[in-house]
Amino acid sequence: MELEIGSALSIGLILGVVIITAALLITVERRLLGFWQERLGPNRVGWFGSLQVVADMIKIFTKEDWVPPFADKFSFVIAPGIIMTVVLLSFAVIPFAPNIGVIDSNIGVLFVLAMASLGAYSVMLGGLSSDNKYALLGSLRAAAQMVSYEVFMGISLLGVVALTGSFNMREIVESQADGWYIIPQFIGFVIFLIAGVAESHRLPFDIPEAEQEICAGYHTEYSGMKFGMFFVAEYIGLVLISSLITVLFFGGWLGPAFLPPVIWFAIKVFVFIAFFILMRAAVPRPRYDQLMSYGWLFLLPLSLVNLLVTGVIILSTQ
Amino acid sequence: MIALFYIAGAIAVIATVAVILQTNIVHGLLYLILSLLAVAVIFYVLGAPFAAVLEAIVYAGAIMVLFLFVIMMLNLGQHTRDQERDWLSPRGWIAPSIMAAILLGQLLTVLSSIDYDLVPEQVGVMEVSALLFGPYVLAVELASILLLAGLVAAYHLAKTK
Repeated sequence: MELEIGSALSIGLILGVVIITAALLITVERRLLGFWQERLGPNRVGWFGSLQVVADMIKIFTKEDWVPPFADKFSFVIAPGIIMTVVLLSFAVIPFAPNIGVIDSNIGVLFVLAMASLGAYSVMLGGLSSDNKYALLGSLRAAAQMVSYEVFMGISLLGVVALTGSFNMREIVESQADGWYIIPQFIGFVIFLIAGVAESHRLPFDIPEAEQEICAGYHTEYSGMKFGMFFVAEYIGLVLISSLITVLFFGGWLGPAFLPPVIWFAIKVFVFIAFFILMRAAVPRPRYDQLMSYGWLFLLPLSLVNLLVTGVIILSTQ
Repeated sequence: MIALFYIAGAIAVIATVAVILQTNIVHGLLYLILSLLAVAVIFYVLGAPFAAVLEAIVYAGAIMVLFLFVIMMLNLGQHTRDQERDWLSPRGWIAPSIMAAILLGQLLTVLSSIDYDLVPEQVGVMEVSALLFGPYVLAVELASILLLAGLVAAYHLAKTK
């Protein structure tokens, strides 16, 4: 590993690996869902269905890219670009290994939160500009859900930040050398996990795009590669949330020395991706008001108490 | 770094002018978000990364989302666009432009007499927090009381009998 942090080569490699991983996840998810639901899943194209993603990509690239005549064209076209940009930018502060990463920022955790909050615009503009009742309903739900869960997401991280004494992700990983934060911050981890699912609006919290109620939600009017960008961005968001959980609670690249650090990172991330896919296969979708009241009446007080107790313990042991 | 400051500043000014001139309210809001993000970049360049991120999280990421949320509920169409266009008549520009030009002139005279330092010092998260919970603790408490009052009022207004 001759790469330096922030060199053009390492930035290119990280972007490439992230996007290819996200694209491969489309097949991996379908295969794993098939496995857990005791059916076959896509297994015809290539070795055990491994080329299914190529077939999907060819289909999505050659589909007609249609902008509805009644849509607000400007907002309609930029909406999918916003979500791709912000999720990929979030990877800039993730430390993949001691010598692999894009930037080493002192505001790393806050930067990810800022990008997550800007991601809400993509979904809202997509729904609003479509001028379609299902899309509008979907994006209203998405806006309320994302703004609410951002709050608990931020507060649940503060326990880790307080224990480390820094917002720098690299320092957070290094301070976990004598014990991962999953043990002292278990409640924070659970809240972050739930908020992460809600923030990337995946099942069981995919209420903004619940097919049975509101068609496809905010991307009802999207087709071709514009839809593809929403679709791939969701998978990149999944990789991002899994990487964040790994970095903040599971010691990032740390692990026994028989494997290189970046492999440990990849293994941990994959375990969480598989867990999220299992959740999709196993947990039913809650009702919309249940989601909101669960967040504000249960997760918010819990995360505040968690932060308070963490603060008291840190102060009393100093 | 100073080039970044001027570029971000120019974007902020142009985007803010576009907010006023834009008749499509959603596009106007997008320009406002752009302007806020440009201000965040300015903060970062001037050595205040914490303020920069808070600008992005709080203003661009939360308050503007709520603005957009309200606009989505209102269902504004061509009708409001025409109304905006009527309000932006050339005659209405004269008096505000003269007054704004006078203010700008005054501001430029004041700024030209200040001897400022172009190499800013870095103010990190720790320094800002220490100030907030040290000398400015009263202001923080007052702000939280204001927010609490707003919360109670919103709860009262939204309560259904």
